[in-house]
Amino acid sequence: MTMLLSIQSLSKTFGGLEVVRDLSFDVPDGTATALIGPNGAGKTTVFNLISGVYPVTSGSIRMCGVDIVDLPSRHRIGRGIARSFQNIRLIPRLSVIDNLLIGQHVKLKRPLDVLRPFRFARDHEWIRAAKAELSAFGLSQYADEPVGLLPYGVRKRVDLIRAILSSPSLLMLDEPAAGLNASETRELHRHLDILRERGTTLLIIEHDMHFIRSICEQIVVLNFGCKIAEGPFDQVRTDQQVREAYLGTERAT
Amino acid sequence: MSGYQTGIIVLLALNTIAAYGVYLPMSAGQLNLGIAGFMAIGAYAAAYLTNACGWPPSAAIGAGGATAAILAFAVAMPMLRTQGIYLSLATFALGQVISAIFLNLDIVGGAAGYPVATHIEASVVVSAATLVVSLVWLMSTTRLTVYFAAVKNDPLVADLLGLNVKALGVAALTVGAGIAGVGGALYAHYFNYIEAQYFGVMLSTYTVLYVLLGGTQSVWGPLVGAAIFTLVPEALRSSSQWRYAIFALFIIVFMALRPQGLLTRGLSRQRTQARAQSGSTNS
Ligand SMILES: Nc1ncnc2c1ncn2[C@@H]1O[C@H](COP(=O)(O)OP(=O)(O)O)[C@@H](O)[C@H]1O
Ligand SMILES: [Mg+2]
Repeated sequence: MTMLLSIQSLSKTFGGLEVVRDLSFDVPDGTATALIGPNGAGKTTVFNLISGVYPVTSGSIRMCGVDIVDLPSRHRIGRGIARSFQNIRLIPRLSVIDNLLIGQHVKLKRPLDVLRPFRFARDHEWIRAAKAELSAFGLSQYADEPVGLLPYGVRKRVDLIRAILSSPSLLMLDEPAAGLNASETRELHRHLDILRERGTTLLIIEHDMHFIRSICEQIVVLNFGCKIAEGPFDQVRTDQQVREAYLGTERAT
Repeated sequence: MSGYQTGIIVLLALNTIAAYGVYLPMSAGQLNLGIAGFMAIGAYAAAYLTNACGWPPSAAIGAGGATAAILAFAVAMPMLRTQGIYLSLATFALGQVISAIFLNLDIVGGAAGYPVATHIEASVVVSAATLVVSLVWLMSTTRLTVYFAAVKNDPLVADLLGLNVKALGVAALTVGAGIAGVGGALYAHYFNYIEAQYFGVMLSTYTVLYVLLGGTQSVWGPLVGAAIFTLVPEALRSSSQWRYAIFALFIIVFMALRPQGLLTRGLSRQRTQARAQSGSTNS
């Protein structure tokens, strides 16, 4: 199986605090991998290192075999890496469509496209492309609504669609099901199923084990910045260290 | 039309141009408190070109705007290393420095002021203002406006989505300064006299107020804000001084109740929604 993303000996220190320690794992092309672990384990930091929010302290991050640790964050979406955020980070007062336009940016062909007065055109291709994705995920009716007025679950999925519009090969989702009710979680599930059918590789941070089990083939478990287990769901679930990590935090909280 | 009415329309045109000079950087998250400095650059540069070099006024006014834009471009990189309130302080300081330089620059009259020989008609000023408003409106139909909003809202996310946050910030500051420079150049050639003191803190502050009052969410906000700030005080001119205090109080109460300004996106959206709903009842 070819590896889309390959992380080797990745470390990150924040002022003496080692948040990620000698972490290595692979994400095979076309699969869904879960990154789990107690709060503060360093999961979001791993996403931030992959997307370039922080420079790595050491180690390598290979995308399709090419090390990207020195690539500026802005250029990583062009290499096929897109992500959603733990707290939704859309522009609340802009419409859904306007938010989605930003997701299309890396796919523009000409630099001067930025200055094209496209709103004069009836049914411009950019608007059509954004609307097509909205309708593929059953959200057409929200196209012109300001994002700030939408229900939480819808906003989460708009955030995903914005990421998808860059046609990423790897989509990273940071706790997508957190804060969703049962029906919203089902809709999110369908949403991710569609992405999997399209062949998008997923890397998901999530606490909901049912959700992970039904979507991900592979699980990587972090605790205090170290990988403590890796493998299919049932194998990881029975791992002694994993049980201790979770029980330990339950006692502490 | 009486000379008085013409004067007010010119004032409105000049205030509108300046307001768009503040609006553009503000739409990308930069509060420029030194816009008067960029107007001074445009005014003095253009006046020097018509006075000393014999340029025709239209070319000189364009060159005045370009000079202000070039200066803004040159200082944008170091200035945009700061953000938020610190960026505002930097622009404020820059405006003060520019004003102080012209106050001491003898080649353009220094503290005595600088008479400008070439006169332009009111119609030129109004046409230029119309052109500026049209261009900014045209810009609002491009991706650039959405990108500015993205940079303002969340620079980190904008960067991760592939936007060049630095370049967009520089562009917003530079284009705003260019517009302000054109405004200053028009002022110089309509009133035929400029002095450095005029391009001070008050001018910068009032211009920011036009934009805040009109609202930054709609492209028409600065126009409406400039119109209210220009016309209402004129209407009150003949009445007692108390009316000015009432106007000031009105501004304070208004901004407290409606911090997003007079015009918002919501207004136009409510209309589209109403239309969409009436359209979808039969489906
Ligand atoms: N920018 C930062 N500066 C300092 N410490 C940080 C920073 N980001 C995260 N951390 C620390 O790193 C640890 C892991 O955080 P995070 O990756 O958010 O955990 P998780 O997503 O697994 O809950 C926490 O102790 C957090 O305080
Ligand atoms: Mg986290």
